[in-house]
Formats: sequence, structure tokens, C-alpha cells
Amino acid sequence: MAQGNPATTMDEFVKGLWRENPVFVMLLGMCPTLAVSSTVKYALAMGACATFVLVMSSVVVSLIRKIVPKEVRIATFIVVIATFVTIVDYVMQYISLPLYQALGAFIPLIVVNCIILGRAEAYASRNNVWKSFVDALGMGLGFTFALLCLGGVREILANGTLLNIRLFGDSFEKWGVMGLPAGGFFTLGAWLLFFNWLRERRARKLKEAE
Amino acid sequence: MDQNVWEIFFNAAIVNNFVLSMFLGICPFLGVSGKIDTAFRMGLAVIFVMLVSSMCAYGINVLLLRFHAEYLRLICYIAVIASAVQLVEMFIKKFSPALFRALGIFLPLITTNCAILAVALFQTMREYSFVQAVVFSFGGGVGFTLALIIMSGLREQLNLADVPSVVKGAALTLMLAGILSLAFMGFAGIGG
Repeated sequence: MAQGNPATTMDEFVKGLWRENPVFVMLLGMCPTLAVSSTVKYALAMGACATFVLVMSSVVVSLIRKIVPKEVRIATFIVVIATFVTIVDYVMQYISLPLYQALGAFIPLIVVNCIILGRAEAYASRNNVWKSFVDALGMGLGFTFALLCLGGVREILANGTLLNIRLFGDSFEKWGVMGLPAGGFFTLGAWLLFFNWLRERRARKLKEAE
Repeated sequence: MDQNVWEIFFNAAIVNNFVLSMFLGICPFLGVSGKIDTAFRMGLAVIFVMLVSSMCAYGINVLLLRFHAEYLRLICYIAVIASAVQLVEMFIKKFSPALFRALGIFLPLITTNCAILAVALFQTMREYSFVQAVVFSFGGGVGFTLALIIMSGLREQLNLADVPSVVKGAALTLMLAGILSLAFMGFAGIGG
């Protein structure tokens, strides 16, 4: 295993977390992002599952990248991913049944999360194991970070709690719509607005500097 | 499970709309909803794939239950869906090359449309009979198409509007989807 030099490794890692954040910048994996981000707890569980699958499948894909013929690579990747998702599915059932039921169909649906197949195809099938591992970890944490951003906002507004700890006094009026599907769309829209604004501001600053 | 078929259809298409209340198939929803025409055809392709994969999934489930190999379910389903998409792709390429070009990358991407896998998973989870499963998948497909068409209609109008550059793109589309989802919530309780 060739070790990349530390600076670039760090770079690969931060790339997934911030600069190329899968959700906020590349707009991938929207379905689970919206569906399981009604509270921080679900967001965290989903993020952990997806990161595990992402990292494991990236490593395996990277290991077998020279053996797999080009024509059947997508099918092979999907089978690899499906295997790890099945493992996660059973492990989650064992760890916490209520959590498993709350996440419902979205655990098996990790198979069709575009982030995972996207990274397998775009990165892991072209790079060595170590780099793929770092890239997948960065992307997975970036995904979790996005989920937490949404889950935090939605849980605070809809229930007035964060991780089941009450934040406000009794006079807090719950904003129920934020816990409903519509709230998911609004919150993600608002975050995207925020990121667009950041990007525009940076572009303007760069222009002024010239 | 002895819901009648109309109830299942209505539930899947309107009340629990796949896109707007269950967040399934958001990627094509955001990606292909630029023009009504493309949206409609994409919807048709999705309905077809859904029907085929739902029928196959039903058969596979029966088979897997007989051999006590439920852990293979996910892998088998995804393989079936991938082949169904391949079939549709060849079919469309042969009969309408123009449509094939219009759908572009989104056609193979139907494989990773979560709505399709979700149909197969839900029908297994809810233990639908064969007829119920077919109706459910058809309803889901119709609901998806409906959401796609409404969205693309709105976006065609929005192209003419003058919006600030910060809002352009996905952010605006998501806000719109939120409002649509609110509207669809009005149907809650009808199907029971």
C-alpha cells in the first residue's frame, strides 16, 4: 500500500467534508438526506451506516479494481455495496430495534445512494486502497455533517429539543411543519441558499482582490 | 393485509406520494424536471420499470422464502432492477432514439432511483398479494410522474421570472418542492 504524503491525504479528506461536500455542493444522496433528518439521533445513525458502507465498499472496490472487466464493473460495484448494506441491515436490527424501525426502508435503500456508487465509480475504481479509504471517509463524514446540519435545524424548530434535551422554556411554540416532509425540503433549500451565498461572497472577494 | 386495490392505488399515488411525502426518487425529480415533455416520458419509463421490477421481485421473494434465503433479498432485487432498466433502455433506443437522447444519463440512473427499490421493499414488508403489489407499483409510478410533471410545469414558468442569482438552481427547486409537499399534505387522511 503506497502511503500518500500527509499534506495531500489531509487534502483528500477535507475535500469530502467541505469543498466537495456530497450533499451541499454535489447534490448527491438527497433522498436519505431529506427523509431521515427529522431528528439528530436518526441523522447520526443514518450517517454512521452510510459512512460504514461507503468506506468498506470503496476499499473493496479499490482492491478488486484491476480484476473486474470494464463492462460489468457497475454491476459488480452494486453487488459489493449490497453485501455491505445487508450486513448493516442485520447489525442495526441487533443493536437497536426501535432505531431500525424508525429508519425503516432507508437502511436497505443505502444501496441506491448515489454517493456510494458515485465514489466507487469516480474514485475508488481508479485509485489505490489508501487514497480510496481516505476519500470515502471524508465523503462519509461530509454526508453525516450535512445530515446533522439538517437534523439539528429541524429538531430544534419542530420539537424545541436537541438530542432530546429541551432547549427552550415552556413558552416555546413548536413549529410542527419542520418535522414534516415539507420542512425537510425547506431546510435543505435554506442550507443550499446559505452555501450559494458563501460561494458568491468568496467569488466577489476574489474579484475585488484582483 | 386486505386493503382493496383502489385504496392502495390512491394511497401510493396521492396521499403518500413517493416524491413529496416519502422522499424517494429526489435525484431524477431535481434533475429531469426542467421540461414537461421530458418529465412525462421519464415518468413513463419509471412506471414501466417499476411494474416489471415489482412483478419480478414478487416472484423472487416467493422463491427466496421457500429456500429460507431472505438475506439475499436485497442483492437479488437490485440485480432484477438493473436488468429491467437495461431492458427498457434497449427498448427505447430501438423505438425512439430521440427520446433516448433526451433522457440521456438519467435512463441508466433509473437503476439507482430509490423509488424503484423502495416499491419492491415496501411490497415485501407489507406482505401484499401479487395483484396488490402490481397496483401499488403502478400507483407509485403514477404518483412519481405526477410530481415530476407538476414540478416541471412550475419550473418552465420560473425560467421566465427574474430571480436573484443566489437563489437560482437547486435551492429554488427545493423550496418549490416544499410548497408542493405542503399542498399534497392536504390529501392526508383521505386514503386512510
